[in-house]
Amino acid sequence: MIKYTLNGDLVEQKDETTILESAGRNGFKIPTLCNNEHLTPFGGCRLCLVEVATERNPDMKKLMPSCTARISSGLIIDTNSHRVQQSRRFIISMLISRSPKAEKLREIAKEIGLPEERSELSPSEKYLLDDAPSIVTTNCILCGLCVRACAEIPMRDAISFSARGMERMVKTPFEKYAETCIGCGSCAYVCPTDTITIEEVV
Amino acid sequence: MQEYRMHLMLCAGTGCVSNHAFDIEKAFKRELEKHNLQDEVQVVDTGCQGFCERGPIMIVQPGDIFYEMLEEKDIPYLVEEHFLKGRPVEKHMYVPKGGENPIPKLSDIGFFKKQKLIALANRGLIDPENIDEYIGREGYSALAKVLSEMTPEEVVKEVKDSGLRGRGGGGFSTGTKWEFAKNSPGDEKYIICNADEGDPGAFMDRSIVESDPHVILEGMAIGAYAIGATHGFIYVRDEYPLAVERINKAIKDAREYGLLGEDIFEAGFDFDVSVSRGAGAFVCGEETSLIASLEGNMPEPRVRPPYPAVAGYKGKPTNINNVETWANIRHIINRGAEWYSSIGTETSKGTKVFSLVGKVNNTGLVEVPMGISVRDIIFDIGGGVMNGKKFKAVQTGGPSGGCIPESLMDTPVGYDTFAKIGSIVGSGGMIVMDEDNCMVEVARYFLAFTQQESCGKCTPCREGTRHMLDILTRITEGKGKEEDLDVLEDMCGLIGSTSLCALGATAPNPVLTTMKYFRDEYEAHIKEGRCPAKECKSLITYTILEDKCTGCTLCARDCPVTAITGERKGIHVIDPDICVKCGICKAVCNFGAVRIES
Repeated sequence: MIKYTLNGDLVEQKDETTILESAGRNGFKIPTLCNNEHLTPFGGCRLCLVEVATERNPDMKKLMPSCTARISSGLIIDTNSHRVQQSRRFIISMLISRSPKAEKLREIAKEIGLPEERSELSPSEKYLLDDAPSIVTTNCILCGLCVRACAEIPMRDAISFSARGMERMVKTPFEKYAETCIGCGSCAYVCPTDTITIEEVV
Repeated sequence: MQEYRMHLMLCAGTGCVSNHAFDIEKAFKRELEKHNLQDEVQVVDTGCQGFCERGPIMIVQPGDIFYEMLEEKDIPYLVEEHFLKGRPVEKHMYVPKGGENPIPKLSDIGFFKKQKLIALANRGLIDPENIDEYIGREGYSALAKVLSEMTPEEVVKEVKDSGLRGRGGGGFSTGTKWEFAKNSPGDEKYIICNADEGDPGAFMDRSIVESDPHVILEGMAIGAYAIGATHGFIYVRDEYPLAVERINKAIKDAREYGLLGEDIFEAGFDFDVSVSRGAGAFVCGEETSLIASLEGNMPEPRVRPPYPAVAGYKGKPTNINNVETWANIRHIINRGAEWYSSIGTETSKGTKVFSLVGKVNNTGLVEVPMGISVRDIIFDIGGGVMNGKKFKAVQTGGPSGGCIPESLMDTPVGYDTFAKIGSIVGSGGMIVMDEDNCMVEVARYFLAFTQQESCGKCTPCREGTRHMLDILTRITEGKGKEEDLDVLEDMCGLIGSTSLCALGATAPNPVLTTMKYFRDEYEAHIKEGRCPAKECKSLITYTILEDKCTGCTLCARDCPVTAITGERKGIHVIDPDICVKCGICKAVCNFGAVRIES
């Protein structure tokens, strides 16, 4: 039996799961963008960060992605501390600044309580939402769900990441028609921002 | 074995080689033959000897005579005078800045005097391509010792007790790391040497691999024995061709001698090593990315835990250490943990290799005991700042580190002491900056590097560093806004705590430290549109001083955009609308008539 503290309450759980899964079972919804229970966790979007400490060292709190970090006895987990909220707001502001037209991001921003009133925003949120120049024109937030879905569900690897940093993009091999694509639609199905669409080919 | 009267230890590190060390070698051999001295005087190509600033360099043994800045044309004279007639030649001896008398002996030169060599113990003493010379310097005796006298537990304990901490930047206890890998269940385990050195201005690892490749193989074999691995990888930067060549030669020779392969020293221990050439990204130096790259995947970090000690290469327990860490191992085994831990400070034991670069007189590679002050490194060993300029700051730990200002120069070198002032020891880069360096530009430069090297997997490192770079760029262009400093400060903290790997988590360090120690410079850019160091091109203008210009026309002739006009012997004028602020006019003017204003 695993015993750990979740948002102040002691939780006992038989199976060893991710923090995200365990928190969900206990009624704490943690926002995520790059996670899907059927795919390998990625830990990239950083929206699901939670604060983790141990009973031995309760003051050493670390932010960890709840989609990859797993529960174990003696952990003290806070899924909604001030620091967690700050981090979430920062992450979503950065993503909105990247892809302002993505509806899903606005929804999450509302859910996690990013204020609409500009005066309530932190300096970096204000910069990201009002001031920052936009340099990409895509709604793709590089969560990698499509890449993992293609590799793990039909196992076709028809798309993958190319390049790095801000130039990173999801592409077909050599940007040519992907011969391994079977048109299953998994990628479009998992895309949180509806960036991938399916076209009928006669 | 042939005996020689004299040995010319010629530096064949990358720096000296690019300064034609091999041509010098040929010239020496030719001249020695001319005087029929080839059987009396031996020319040895050594690895990097550290004093790169003065290359090509050479040490004559016995006698410890240090020659610098050798030129092919001077070799006939040198051979005749020194090796035939026994009169050392003053012309190529080192003269300290501001001094008059040449210093003949290496051990008397300030650059070498305060150094303490452990990782670089064989520096300048052996031919890195000759395994016998390494063995002659007690090489592979530590491996023999562990295989014949020590249990793996004892090896781990020895390394743990020595207090050695990871030299690649993390600073984690090496012995503890080994212990994790050793205790991790698995029938197949791996050892990795991280030689993917990517920091701007750093060349510690390259020099060690080039100058003493066997020390790494021996360290890895000892580590493999300790944790129970049978195969090792050396992940080396492909931009280091000489290092790749020498490590491959070393592996081949070690196999021939039975020092790698099956049943080493007939102790029933099998271990072999293969070389993997780096994929060319800075992030490959991060251990989980390196392992991904080694497996043939995209170099992308993954979340830890699980640590490589539990699930590393191919999901098997893997121990990964940096080149310099491996280079310390054989000395710890041979001389003991007690000896090693007697060097350094309470929490940082042993020595650290630094590459001293930037605006310092003695550019080069130095190994110093932990606890020495930054001031001693830069002024006593480094010989102070170039051209008599004023010291401003030193950036340690590369783009992941921070800058240390003049007021903190007496800080002793150590993991904790550096962390306390916002920097890191890192892998050992030390970039010296003088009064002409704009600290906002320094921060922008380093952030531009990390931003370009960000793999793009996690949001804060990919998006966040890009926004910070935008803000820093607009400040250096004089377009900064009052609130920019608050935004930067806010972002630094958030990117630091939310990034996936150390690349993103440490990227804000140069910005944080420059903002902390040089806030006035940031404010001058933003509030007054002025660059106090007169470096930011958008904020400076070049003018010619009427009272100093002699009308020599040199600047006008050298100006690449013909922005300068004036009659011969008449005063010249720069057209600010055409001027691209390249600085050539100031550099060529013999009368100090060009001034930069901000």
